[in-house]
Amino acid sequence: MVLPTNLKHLATANELTALINEKENVMVCCGRMGPMCIPVYGVMHEIEPEYQHIEFRDMAFDSPEAHIIRNLPECRGFMGIPFVIYYKNGKVAAATSSIQSRDQITKILDKVFVK
Amino acid sequence: MRIICEFNRLNNYKICGNLFKIQLIYMENQHYQAIIIGGGPAGLTAGIYLSRAKVKTLILDSSIAGGQMILTHKIANYPGVENISGYQLSMNMLNQAKSFGCDVMSGISIQKIDFESTIKRLELSNGKQFSSDVIILATGGRSRTLGIEGEELFKGKGISYCATCDGDFFQDKEIAVVGGGNTALEEAVSLTKFAKKVTIFHQFDHFQGSKYAEEEARNHPKIEIHLNTKLTRFYGEDSLESVDYIDVTSNEIHHQLFDGVFVFIGYEANTEFLQGRCIELNKFKEIVVDSNLQTNVKGVFAAGDATTKKYRQITTAVADGTVAALNAIEFLKAL
Ligand SMILES: Cc1cc2nc3c(=O)[nH]c(=O)nc-3n(C[C@H](O)[C@H](O)[C@H](O)COP(=O)(O)OP(=O)(O)OC[C@H]3O[C@@H](n4cnc5c(N)ncnc54)[C@H](O)[C@@H]3O)c2cc1C
Repeated sequence: MVLPTNLKHLATANELTALINEKENVMVCCGRMGPMCIPVYGVMHEIEPEYQHIEFRDMAFDSPEAHIIRNLPECRGFMGIPFVIYYKNGKVAAATSSIQSRDQITKILDKVFVK
Repeated sequence: MRIICEFNRLNNYKICGNLFKIQLIYMENQHYQAIIIGGGPAGLTAGIYLSRAKVKTLILDSSIAGGQMILTHKIANYPGVENISGYQLSMNMLNQAKSFGCDVMSGISIQKIDFESTIKRLELSNGKQFSSDVIILATGGRSRTLGIEGEELFKGKGISYCATCDGDFFQDKEIAVVGGGNTALEEAVSLTKFAKKVTIFHQFDHFQGSKYAEEEARNHPKIEIHLNTKLTRFYGEDSLESVDYIDVTSNEIHHQLFDGVFVFIGYEANTEFLQGRCIELNKFKEIVVDSNLQTNVKGVFAAGDATTKKYRQITTAVADGTVAALNAIEFLKAL
């Protein structure tokens, strides 16, 4: 189960584990195709060329495989999609719930994934 | 002697004196015939018309192009296109504008404006400066937020602005809906599919929605209604746990436990950067325009949801973008 976005997709929990083990900086947006999520995919797609040191992915929130994100301790209390996770060296460095603006996203990227 | 020469491509030239030091500051300024502020359907349409007419045009957007269209999963009322995602329609309009040579910059923040002179100028927060002969304001609108303590903190952690997105997080929970228009009433009813109880808070003594929507809400066994009330504060730890609200008739403050609050209190125009400036706004902070979509300032037009108008739709924004662009072209010809 993958989302119809312009981003690269993660279909399984194993794919996510492999990616964060292999790549230093990973941002994953786990959502649906709704008004709170689509703008975040749009921002990720647009800033991808500027942030080539970061891997951008999406994951379908309703896929059973998304348990790997839904059950993160960092997502406790989250009640708004998308869940966006920023992984640094395989560990969660930041996590947000619900829609975020381009400004909010780039602020986190600049702080967490310093070039 | 210190001489500072500031100049740009328009040959504005200034000399300030000081002893022993010569310093030359070249402040790069890019000139366009037309600058459009806002890349929603109104701005993108204006970009298409202007660029196609060979007017050197730049669209500046503080976020990403597409505006509120990208918030819509499925658009079913845009003529000629049966069903399309808002994101796809945005990309189509953006690519169409670019294909005619329109420049687009997104993720920008406008720091300074000077629209009263014949040559309009603006400066971005990154120091980039632009000037133009014509400006089209197309900054659209956004959902209104309550602006009370705890709202930002619990956004996505109990506070939501989209019932279809987040409703299922509130299975068998007690939630509140804030608002009294059609959206608030309809979403309150739809949220009863998940929640065990929905309480509607509305600041006036009557609803603004349709009679039908009101009756549906009033007759629903899971819905309770508190009129004449305003939420004043959110509380919680990991997520939202409770709220304070004030009864505006008695001024009494009450505290009530809620797992979630959905806010549907209408839209507001994105015109903060124009407030207190030369552009006339009405009491709702919308841009006042005449039938040619000309503002009170010569050479400054406005289009779309940010203007004073009754119907806010993609089709009306696109129509405004067209009218503003065609009038801007006429204005440029007369220069
Ligand atoms: C959830 C939702 C669903 C909708 N569904 C439909 C539908 O199905 N059909 C329909 O016809 N209409 C729909 N609408 C309404 C429609 O999207 C709007 O009427 C339309 O997008 C307005 O277009 P606009 O270009 O005037 O403004 P917007 O779409 O709001 O675009 C304004 C642009 O300006 C930018 N901006 C704002 N401030 C600044 C600034 N200071 N500097 C630079 N840029 C700035 C913003 O980032 C944005 O990109 C919907 C709206 C919402 C919220």
